[in-house]
Amino acid sequence: MSRFSKSLLALALAGLAGSVSAFDNYKGLGRPATEAEIKAWDIDVRPDFKGLPKGAGSVDLGAEVFEARCASCHGSFGESNEVFTPLVGGTTQDDIKTGRVQSLRDGSAPQRTTLMKVATISTLFDYINRAMPWTEPKSLKPNEVYGILAYLLHLAEIVPADFELSDRNIAEVQKRMPNRNGMTTDHGMWPGKGLGNGGKPDVKNVACMRHCKKEVQLVSSLPDYAADAHGNLAEQNREVGQARGKVTGAKSEAKAAEPLSESARLSQLANTSGCMACHGVNGKIVGPGFNEVMAKYKGQAEAETQLAHKVKAGGAGVWGSVPMPPHPQLSDADAAALVKWILSGAPAK
Amino acid sequence: MTDLRQKPGRLRPAPENFLSEEEVAAVASQGASSRRDFLRKSFLAAAGAMTAPVVAHAADGDPNILSNPPWTTSLGLPVAANPYGMPSKYERNLVRRESPGLTRVSAASVAFTPLQGLFGIITPSGLHFERHHQGWHDVDPSKHRLMVNGSDPGFLKQAKVYTMDDIMRLPSVSRIHFIECGANTGMEWGNVAVPTVQYSHGMLSCSEFTGVPLRLILEDCGVDFKKCRYVLAEGADGSSMTRTIPMEMVESGEVLVAYGMNGEMLRPENGYPLRLVVPGVQGVSWVKWLRRIEVGDKPYATKDEAVHYIDLMPDGLHRQYTSIQECKSVITTPSGGQMLLDTGFYNVTGLAWSGRGKITRVDVSFDGGINWKTARLETPVLSKALTRFNIDWVWDGKPAILQSRAIDETGYVQPSYGQLRAVRGTKSIYHNNAIQSWKVSETGEVSNVQVL
Repeated sequence: MSRFSKSLLALALAGLAGSVSAFDNYKGLGRPATEAEIKAWDIDVRPDFKGLPKGAGSVDLGAEVFEARCASCHGSFGESNEVFTPLVGGTTQDDIKTGRVQSLRDGSAPQRTTLMKVATISTLFDYINRAMPWTEPKSLKPNEVYGILAYLLHLAEIVPADFELSDRNIAEVQKRMPNRNGMTTDHGMWPGKGLGNGGKPDVKNVACMRHCKKEVQLVSSLPDYAADAHGNLAEQNREVGQARGKVTGAKSEAKAAEPLSESARLSQLANTSGCMACHGVNGKIVGPGFNEVMAKYKGQAEAETQLAHKVKAGGAGVWGSVPMPPHPQLSDADAAALVKWILSGAPAK
Repeated sequence: MTDLRQKPGRLRPAPENFLSEEEVAAVASQGASSRRDFLRKSFLAAAGAMTAPVVAHAADGDPNILSNPPWTTSLGLPVAANPYGMPSKYERNLVRRESPGLTRVSAASVAFTPLQGLFGIITPSGLHFERHHQGWHDVDPSKHRLMVNGSDPGFLKQAKVYTMDDIMRLPSVSRIHFIECGANTGMEWGNVAVPTVQYSHGMLSCSEFTGVPLRLILEDCGVDFKKCRYVLAEGADGSSMTRTIPMEMVESGEVLVAYGMNGEMLRPENGYPLRLVVPGVQGVSWVKWLRRIEVGDKPYATKDEAVHYIDLMPDGLHRQYTSIQECKSVITTPSGGQMLLDTGFYNVTGLAWSGRGKITRVDVSFDGGINWKTARLETPVLSKALTRFNIDWVWDGKPAILQSRAIDETGYVQPSYGQLRAVRGTKSIYHNNAIQSWKVSETGEVSNVQVL
């Protein structure tokens, strides 16, 4: 056997080992799921109704539950366009016969409702059951889900008013879904083998470089009325760099900064004025800690004035030979306030 | 010698577009000297956070050089003043934003990434676009579980439950990938609808994700890969988002169960503590707050692959299970809603990506697609990741139409609007990867236009 074919064989074996025999590979990690755990989470329902819970619900029950739990967003008849696009509308008796919604072809419906689009009734059961109502998902009982679905189907005249939808007749109702033949997977955008055309793109451009066309057909631009629909673009671009945003609206009101408490202001001032570079709050760095200063001068009547002067003018000798530099940039008021703040023990708070 | 009073820094005097019509009229009626003063003041007001570019007494040079600013003459802030660092206050304009009128409920909405201000290929985690179907939660990682089971119990040797501790002990990988919503650029199928690249292309981000290849976890459960050709991924949020993933992608090792993003844990808005990473596939499949993986023998037709994320074709059929994000690119600067500062040199820059692999080339046109020049691709150029391109441009002050056209390693060339619409019409909402055009007018204004 040549070396070449040996290595090929090794590769093939490695591939086999990777996909078939490996199991329980990570000692101590993961544990078996219990039956109750799987039951609690495995709630999905497939188009072939695998996973569908047993149960039944009438149009009447559905109308009642829908009004109480769903109508505030969807409208009493699933027609509301206020919060979400309408659930019901745009389908006909003819669509129920053919399984293709005609208004999708001729564009006659103002917008696409859920029942115009969905091909699989399982999708509706699964989604209502897992995600509705909007603010209290997973709070509906299976019979209520059947009922709500029956009510919606009745609104679209897919089932009669006295209908009760159940796990036993749902497959029959599937055969009346108005857009059941309206889906195709004949495209190149499924990244696997089971569906689609194998990944063949539907558009083929070529990378022409010179004189590619005679003229530029400019077919659309932003209408004037929409110029400021997205706010002031000047405030959505960096204020430095290659370009600026265009001014398309009023400058937004600068949010009034939260006024700092006096203590927070002084803490910031101590940082920006350089105090904290040499003084610790609770101990010496180069100069004495604020706690040491407080201990030494607390209760001395003249100390505040003297120290405020020293902060501004600088000094040396009291705490050792390293001098404290002058801070002439501080106002008298700020210097006094800082000293008072230090002597009150506030920095440590 | 140039009089520096007349040429302050590199800023051109304010274009009149910074002013309202009334202000322009008021200035025009007051003569030339008043006009200069007014423009100067107005520009300062419009660009309030900028250091004053024009100071009348600066006869000897730029005052920003002649007098030291406060940050050069005082002590700065100490370390850990911001324990978790934040961007400069001057960067406050670059934030995620909703597009007004796009959705009616902000818990089922989109916040777009400000692509117009970003560099390189990595999206800062705080600017990663957001799309939630039923709001977001900050999930307690100590209570988060990942379950693996089968649509049929016989499809694996053992259904298992993993804690975050378990998952973070498993062998990990880190990979850089783009994530793009299938509806990115969806508002633009029929006509121009939004002003800037943030709203036209901002459902796009790129991060380094760290996690465990899903294949390892499925092997650990003894999944029968022959029978199970589909995977259902499910989230732990109220919507319990579900999507079907092809097993071929899982087997390739590229699908990750990820907890890390750009060196830290995922952000809550992006699925903390666990999300699926499905490279090259639209964002809706990257299920956030991932709590369950079911292996099965059939696709699932979940709500977001049977009611939404289906592409309406001109014949009234919907394409179902369209997942791959095809090759696409966009120039991010200059882009819609911007004003060029002046004529002269610009570094035209943008992003290219493909759900089918690596970008091999990006061409840029300055004349609306009549002639093209090949741009520089910046490294790294990675499979199913954003790729940054740059090209030199000297704007002569004349109108121009800027376009970019990406080519991926399969040889696929990004299509024009005309080509795309000829096949898919204008109502598909999803998967609009047409060549984007930005018009530059004589005033320097850049605007969103469509060219067939």
